[in-house]
Amino acid sequence: MKAFLKKEWMEWKRTGRMAVLLLVFLLLGIMNPALAKLTPFLIETLSESLAESGIAVTAVTVDAMDSWIQFYKNIPMGLIIFMLLSSGSFTMEYQKGTLVPIVAKGLSRRAVLAAKAIFLCCAWTLLYMCCFWVTYGYNAYFWDNGIAGHLPLACWCYWLFGIWAAALLVFFSTVADSSPQVLLGVGGVAVGCYLFGLFPKFAPFLPTRLMEGLSLLQGVKVPEDFYASIAAAGGMAALCLAAGAVCFEKKRL
Amino acid sequence: MGMLELSHVAKRFGEKQVLCDVSFSVPEHTIFGFVGQNGAGKTTAMKLMLGLLPCDGGEISVNGRKVCYGNTPTNQFVGYLPDVPEFYPYMSPAEYLNFCGEITGMGKKEVKARTEELLDLVGLRQEKGRIKGFSRGMKQRLGIAQALFGRPKLLICDEPASALDPAGRKELLDILAMAKEQATVLFSTHILSDVEHICDQVAFLHHGNVVLQGTVEEVRKSQKSAGTELELERPEDVEALLLAFSFLEPVKKQSLLLRDDGRLPDILRFLADERLPILRIEKKEPALEELFLEVVGK
Repeated sequence: MKAFLKKEWMEWKRTGRMAVLLLVFLLLGIMNPALAKLTPFLIETLSESLAESGIAVTAVTVDAMDSWIQFYKNIPMGLIIFMLLSSGSFTMEYQKGTLVPIVAKGLSRRAVLAAKAIFLCCAWTLLYMCCFWVTYGYNAYFWDNGIAGHLPLACWCYWLFGIWAAALLVFFSTVADSSPQVLLGVGGVAVGCYLFGLFPKFAPFLPTRLMEGLSLLQGVKVPEDFYASIAAAGGMAALCLAAGAVCFEKKRL
Repeated sequence: MGMLELSHVAKRFGEKQVLCDVSFSVPEHTIFGFVGQNGAGKTTAMKLMLGLLPCDGGEISVNGRKVCYGNTPTNQFVGYLPDVPEFYPYMSPAEYLNFCGEITGMGKKEVKARTEELLDLVGLRQEKGRIKGFSRGMKQRLGIAQALFGRPKLLICDEPASALDPAGRKELLDILAMAKEQATVLFSTHILSDVEHICDQVAFLHHGNVVLQGTVEEVRKSQKSAGTELELERPEDVEALLLAFSFLEPVKKQSLLLRDDGRLPDILRFLADERLPILRIEKKEPALEELFLEVVGK
């Protein structure tokens, strides 16, 4: 498995996938405080035309919370790009037949699946943390992060949401044959959860609740509101990986 | 018991019965030629041997252990070269072979030494670039190196010489002949002269069945003789012989072919009585190619 992990790293590094994603997540991390910082200037610039339309503009003050608002607006974009670039992790290997000589050498399919799943989780963790810490650093420099309540929990909630999505990607990769099918599967489950979440009864138990870290920072929700969704996301991720392992054993390579 | 045993193996894809009832055994340290037309089921049979496809019937065993679909433990004894080998394009050949060594659990020093040894063997030592720019022939060479890496007990090659130039083909056949000392080799091919050169045993696959199998000699002998060729000194004697024996077939200007060897004494007697000078009488050995064509009914 260690050898396969090394191979995954080499693939991400040499195909430029890691560089692109790092760039995207760093940019997102910089954009969050930058947009917050620029908001007063933008509004000031637009104030004259806004005044002509009858909208009165008063002085705007921004703080770390505005930057965190941007963070929760932008990070889904990062996750979508991550999923798009990772969706071929298995299917490209099926299409090219590159796994055949490896499996024919006696490397267990479970080791292949575990290496790919671990690598995806590590990559998501690295990229997400890059974005988070860049935003955190700028926020600490310009303002005060103390204004955001339960920041560590809010941070881990979205991270877990990404892990849940990566586990779904692994599962769908073991049953599908092409990247669009994988994306359709992951997207379908995510949209399904979102629609279920519209019913207040179900919302606390769905992984999509983990995207609402901002409400935790703003004090609208308390940590207890997230415990059920944390358990649900963790359980579903474990289930996806276990089901993926079973399906991958019989997958036609 | 053979290194590889197939017993009544059947495989169907939808309506199409690809393999009907395939049984054969490959003894240890032999080179086994697996011959058949395109679409005869050779690649399917090989994928069944590797557990990459499920059998619809019958059983396969490698080194005495049953092959099962999916994660089959028997693959630890096997080296496999696919018909169109594909590798990670961002790696160099040495990196790919190192990777192969690591997944088979070899030590670092052994991996390094084996990588160099195999790159030398397949003539890729000087190739420092990435696999991305490799021709199919170069990939085939790398394919044979990776298949041999873990010193497998059974080497399965799917048309290994198909993309190689004549020199490369000869080198590959030499490599397979060398591999026989340590492993049992099964390879599929269309090139019957390759089978004649290096194979100990051969099986002809046709319409999903093994229609002929055995040692190359046995298979040759199992077919009727290809006939006897008579070459006469004078062209006019050919006419005389044809008048006397109408079943003779003209092949060249002064040569005639006798299909039924039982009539040879009569012809020899006629030649002696008429004092017709002859240049050559040669009994023709059946070539595998002719046998193959006969088997597939062409």
